[in-house]
Amino acid sequence: MTKTRELKCHVGVGEEVTGVALVTDDNFSARYDLDRIKGIFSRPQHKLAGESYVEKILVVNTAKGGVASAWMLHEMAARGIAPKAILFNRFNPILAQGAALANMACCDRFEEGDVTTLIKTGERVRVLPQEGRVVVEPAG
Amino acid sequence: MKLSSEEQAMLNGEQGEARRWAMEHMIRVGTCFDAEGFVEVTQAHMMADTESLGEAGVEFVEKFAGLPEEQRKVRIPMITDPRGIDFRHYKTLKQTDDMATLEQRAIDAFKALGILMTDTCINYQTIMPPMRGEHLAYGDTGVVIYCNSVLGAYSNFEGGPSALAAGLTGRTPRYGLHLDQNRRATCRYRVNYQPQGLSDWGALGGVVGKLAGSYWEVAAIEGTDAPPGSDQMKHMGAAMASFGSIPLFHLVGHTPEAPTIDAVCNPAELECLEINEQDIVEFYGNYGGKGEKVDVVVFSAPQLSIIEMNQVAGLLEGQKVHKDTALLVATSPAVGADAERLGISQRIEDSGGLVLHGMCFYQGYAREMALANGWKRLLTNSAKLVNIIGGYGYQPSLASMEDCVASAVAGEIV
Repeated sequence: MTKTRELKCHVGVGEEVTGVALVTDDNFSARYDLDRIKGIFSRPQHKLAGESYVEKILVVNTAKGGVASAWMLHEMAARGIAPKAILFNRFNPILAQGAALANMACCDRFEEGDVTTLIKTGERVRVLPQEGRVVVEPAG
Repeated sequence: MKLSSEEQAMLNGEQGEARRWAMEHMIRVGTCFDAEGFVEVTQAHMMADTESLGEAGVEFVEKFAGLPEEQRKVRIPMITDPRGIDFRHYKTLKQTDDMATLEQRAIDAFKALGILMTDTCINYQTIMPPMRGEHLAYGDTGVVIYCNSVLGAYSNFEGGPSALAAGLTGRTPRYGLHLDQNRRATCRYRVNYQPQGLSDWGALGGVVGKLAGSYWEVAAIEGTDAPPGSDQMKHMGAAMASFGSIPLFHLVGHTPEAPTIDAVCNPAELECLEINEQDIVEFYGNYGGKGEKVDVVVFSAPQLSIIEMNQVAGLLEGQKVHKDTALLVATSPAVGADAERLGISQRIEDSGGLVLHGMCFYQGYAREMALANGWKRLLTNSAKLVNIIGGYGYQPSLASMEDCVASAVAGEIV
């Protein structure tokens, strides 16, 4: 995967953004998984434990857990300690609602398959939620 | 999305900024899920603790609270999930004055919108259980899964902003569990073990949640002998929603949409996975901690019913909580008032426990409480809580209510 490539997904929420990918096949909840003060994944069992999510294009499997993420994405964005975008194989209503309030780019349902294998950590990613498109450039 | 003239007027701002924002927000969300229009809802329930809201969230709500009355009041009965502060005890828990101040600002803003501060995640046990087929905009995953599954109501997970939008407009996008075709089982489990106490039911919910693993799965569960009680369903549902983000299950023979397995799926087309006692044992074993000093024992998540309160009081009778261990019991303001009237809270507090009203442990700045109080090892009978609290820096353990109380007295996990 060394060429620039385009992925198609369902129309999401938020504005176009570009950033560096942080990828896991683990799931995501702002309440369960994050230290939102330090801006890192804090749940010891999470595959990204200890990693900073700030300003990243976060690529995860699905949403899990409770409803708090709906407020928390907005709160994180207001403090500038938030991912730029979150891409899911499948999100749930809470993450869509949270992204809508925070105006954070958020997409799911990729036509090409499992997004956690289609994008690699470190690759540069342009997310166009309103068009249902993601453009991936190789790392380096 | 197709809009009625009323909905279009709200979107155009003809009924004020709050309702304009609400419509815009819900259209953004509804578009993500291919909603064709809206469905009118009869109640809204909002999760909005200030740890989640932060300063930015409180300011967001205060902006609406400052609007003229006809523009800011919610249009349907709207109630609240637990808060993060019990003003009577926040200093004991070493929460700060800044936290209490932010909490008061949020409460003032919500009241200005006409929201009833019920501060509970057991509204289906204490406030007004919804009817079968009633469309709702409920927040708190435990509330949603219980009302969908046990009562046959129709709600998606509505996070705080979307519940607020529904309250302001009286509607929510029609997608997900508002549509009958999405309520049929997509996965099927047979339980070869009869759960005993509440933590066992929670563990079963956790196992199913992990296996199902997505909001878009509906679990059919067979093999439970007797109809479980409301508290048992509460713990199972809360854990299933927490571990799997599952919003609906069918307990075949016991919940209203599943008198038989055939009512919710074609059993010939859906593989049935077995859940055995060993799965439950392994679930408990994920947390461990036996023999270790326990810093805090928590009964919460969900808040306790009056029956659970009385059980905790009974188990503590004639004993004292260890001097190096805290024992916290969280319930709703309504149950709390009853527990005080009936002398139950006094019995818990005479043994050294602390009864918290209108809050839930994990919604109360749990990370800051851990640091301020030196809490690390947490013991609870809530499978939901052990799933949540690890990310806040705790080492959680799961045990029965009886063993939680015995551990609180011993100061170590028995």
